[in-house]
Amino acid sequence: MSFELPKLPYAPDALEPHISKRTIEFHYGKHHQGYVNNLNKLVPGTKYENATLEQIIKGAEGGIFNNGAQVWNHSFYFATFSPAGRREPYDKLGELITGTFGSFEGFKEEFSNAAATLFGSGWAWLVKKSDGTLDIIQEPNAGNPLRSGLFPLLTIDVWEHAYYLDYQNSRPLYIQSLWNVIDWEVVVNRYLA
Amino acid sequence: MAFALPKLNYDYAALEPHIDARTMEIHHTKHHQGYVSKLNDAVSGTQLENGSIEDILAGISRLSVAVRNNGGGHFNHSLFWKIMTPGGGGLPEGDLLDALKANFGSFDQFREQFSNAALTRFGSGWAWLVQSGSRLVITSTPNQDNPMMDVAEVQGNPLLGIDVWEHAYYLKYQNRRNEYVEAFWNVIDWTAVGNRLQ
Repeated sequence: MSFELPKLPYAPDALEPHISKRTIEFHYGKHHQGYVNNLNKLVPGTKYENATLEQIIKGAEGGIFNNGAQVWNHSFYFATFSPAGRREPYDKLGELITGTFGSFEGFKEEFSNAAATLFGSGWAWLVKKSDGTLDIIQEPNAGNPLRSGLFPLLTIDVWEHAYYLDYQNSRPLYIQSLWNVIDWEVVVNRYLA
Repeated sequence: MAFALPKLNYDYAALEPHIDARTMEIHHTKHHQGYVSKLNDAVSGTQLENGSIEDILAGISRLSVAVRNNGGGHFNHSLFWKIMTPGGGGLPEGDLLDALKANFGSFDQFREQFSNAALTRFGSGWAWLVQSGSRLVITSTPNQDNPMMDVAEVQGNPLLGIDVWEHAYYLKYQNRRNEYVEAFWNVIDWTAVGNRLQ
């Protein structure tokens, strides 16, 4: 069994002007594909040969963890966006976000701040904890909340490759623009799953 | 006295085609300037304000994350600009070449190990050639850490460093860090590197 690059649920130019076609072509076509290729080279002959990505994220170290987690993180990230979708949380998740962060605006501010202040490469996450409450966390490099028993709902990639062609050093502009393409139907469905 | 952004000894376009002018300008005026500004914010009103960057780094384990990240960023970029020059590359000479041969077998073996350290640093960081006691050692550090810091795995005097944050190469090389690392060998100022030997 080998790992495969999942198909994008939209055209490469569908998220413009917020994320450019060129960025998607590199980010999905080169970086995401690269992690898939690396992982497929690394796992044969190891105990992770027939493992799921979740098992790799929870147990592996070094290159297998880095590439396995990056495959999962990017699949999760790209699946969050759509050119037309619900732009605000709703249903039970919407109520929980309002209850936890005061308002959707309050949540956006706190989540954006976590993404903006992560030093170096990594990911900002909205997670559901085992007690059902929400939290916002930062993970460096390939970090993934599943490893510490948290349930991921939403993520922003703040590796520079995610935004450098479009925004260069202006990471806050990239973060701000993502609110225009995040599809809350996807996020709500993750919460309800 | 506040820390200041150093001027470059060459134009932003001077390292073309290996490092493009747009990358140089953003790297210097936005990224490096950002580290300088945030470092000054972090040390403002403390004794560190009047200290040297070297002394700050030597005691970094006792200081804030903001000083570590931005002090490291300021030192690392200041060094990076100085060890590059238009018309660089080629081979080192004299004591430096002798030391590289003694420690790595040959210049080519050194070059291969250094490039490998730069390629395999996962995420953001730097690869270094370090003078550590009587030896030369290759190492890499995450984010803006460096061998001057008392938290570094390999501590010593950095002679040569390559920035492998994606901002150092993404506009020209995108995901191809290997091409950037290859190109770097054409702009190294071996005289400047050799002068750093202590």
